[in-house]
Amino acid sequence: MLKLENLSKIYHVGTFGGTELLAVNEVSFQVGEGEVVSLIGESGSGKSTIGKMILRLISKSAGSITFNGVDVSSLHGSQLKEYYRKVQGVFQDPFSSYNPIFKADRVFKLIRDEFFPGTNDVEWIAKVRDSVEDVGLNPDHVLQKYPHQLSGGQLQRLLIARALLLDVELLVADEIISMLDASTRIDVLNLLADLTSQGLSILFITHDLSLGYYISQKAVILYRGCVAEMGATEKIYNRPLHPYTKMLMASVPRLDRKWDEKVVEIALEGKNAELEDGCVFYHRCPAADAAMGCAERMPPLIETEPNHFVACFCYQEEQAAVKDIS
Amino acid sequence: MSLQVENLRVYYQTLHGDVKALDGATFALADGEIMGLAGESGCGKTTLGYSLIRLNARMRYVEGHVRLDGSELPIWDSEKMNDFRFKEVSIVPQYAMSAMNPTRKIGKMISELLSSRKVSYKTTRPELKRRLDLVGLSHDVLDMYPIELSGGMKQRMVMVLSTLLDPSLLIADEITSALDVSSQKAVAEMLVEFRNREIVKSMIVITHDISILYQIADTIMIMYAGQLAEKAPTDTIIHNAWHPYTKLLISSLPKVGVKYSENKLEGIPGKPPMLLNPPKGCRFRDRCEVAFEKCLEEPPFLELEKDHYVACWRVSDQYA
Repeated sequence: MLKLENLSKIYHVGTFGGTELLAVNEVSFQVGEGEVVSLIGESGSGKSTIGKMILRLISKSAGSITFNGVDVSSLHGSQLKEYYRKVQGVFQDPFSSYNPIFKADRVFKLIRDEFFPGTNDVEWIAKVRDSVEDVGLNPDHVLQKYPHQLSGGQLQRLLIARALLLDVELLVADEIISMLDASTRIDVLNLLADLTSQGLSILFITHDLSLGYYISQKAVILYRGCVAEMGATEKIYNRPLHPYTKMLMASVPRLDRKWDEKVVEIALEGKNAELEDGCVFYHRCPAADAAMGCAERMPPLIETEPNHFVACFCYQEEQAAVKDIS
Repeated sequence: MSLQVENLRVYYQTLHGDVKALDGATFALADGEIMGLAGESGCGKTTLGYSLIRLNARMRYVEGHVRLDGSELPIWDSEKMNDFRFKEVSIVPQYAMSAMNPTRKIGKMISELLSSRKVSYKTTRPELKRRLDLVGLSHDVLDMYPIELSGGMKQRMVMVLSTLLDPSLLIADEITSALDVSSQKAVAEMLVEFRNREIVKSMIVITHDISILYQIADTIMIMYAGQLAEKAPTDTIIHNAWHPYTKLLISSLPKVGVKYSENKLEGIPGKPPMLLNPPKGCRFRDRCEVAFEKCLEEPPFLELEKDHYVACWRVSDQYA
């Protein structure tokens, strides 16, 4: 349904915008119908940039985004409006998504003015109440209230209800539960999962690996704008291949086991090292080896087993060896 | 016992009356204990942490005593607390990222800070450098401005700074929340290291992320609506909690290896009561599945087993 191909984004930074920062580097993946894809990465990995490019909040520098076969970047005017009918985003901070001066349901009114100018009041109110009920809220409790009278979880769910008023097919959910409390988190997460059974696709952007595992069928691990590993969620979590994914898995705080003392500490200092040619993870990688060419070029993404891709030279050789035998 | 808190009450003053954010907390911290303090937002965990070091303008001390290493902390008197802050009690604030003066080089800022506490920068400098080595920061940071450091580095710098005078009690407020998983782990392990090296005697780690506490804390205390719900050794809280709220809280946490399609987790229905006029009796009553008539009275926070404190009538009745 949604297809990204070699998508890149270059930001111009520095005093006069003279320095180029490659935030997203040739990222390709797809989101199918009713599928939840989690986009996992640290801060600065480019995960939010990808979300914003899909929502057309920022322009892309290279590559393409196609939605149901149509190139998203070519859309204008009424076509773009049709696109927003189908693709909507919900963001991290529910408190700043509302104007504190107006009542929270103003977000619904804006949708009506923009997309449904013809509907009469009775019909509209019924539609709003339906969609508020769909997200598990009682309309009498939340409508006609100001944002400060509602909790973060309620506000976040109202934003999802707002997206549902349109016939959304794809929801870009950018860190939507990181601001919520543990006890309300799971409700919002369950709500999203319930909605996918009705055919909604979700791009779930997160830095929390346990949330990604809970909800998604497919995971994409990003590191400094590049896809390090992607594929079926179970495969990535149970058999991480890329050294970066392994490190992430080892440092996730879990309730079922304590941190392993023996795991090699990965130098945090290399995190902001200057990038030259070569693998983006080179400076922090415990398996980096000049002989494999890690310092000279970026390893391509290869499929090591069905639906499991990794960008690391360690596995490229394995692949080659297997081919030789066959 | 390095820290003893007795019946501490701190309210927030508002136009509509007092918000009872911390309503009667009694607990103790052993020497070398790292206690995790967890709960939903608005449960009073940050209020408790801050009331041990500095009450802000809106906070009003009502009653209670705090004893640290045998001497009473005058927490109601901000002036007198100056003798204890930094030297005896120290804090790593939630926004350590913006805790440093942006207009001073870090070394200069530290020297100003130390001279305000009448400590010589010159004699502390060798120790400061050892501490920087300990957290893996280069000595060059002392000649840098805070803006030149990454988030994780700033966090570690503030940790070094807060613990420089070897405080007896360190309060760490949500210090890992804004960090990536890899830096999160490094910072959390540093806390343990500080305790192991006896730089800090005991610690209160405030966070809403219980899985981090499971990794580093010796004990966990759960708060609900301004009151203490349960305190026990970490493993007991995670695997064998007694309070219905703790049980629900732990079971609602998503874990790696749990999928929606296989094992749907349940949230906690309802929401915490308003603390402006909190209901009488147990404050969790309305959301509790096992509540009964007795819950109309306030349950006491009792030690029912060694080191396992809980405030719940159901549990204490079973023990009686």
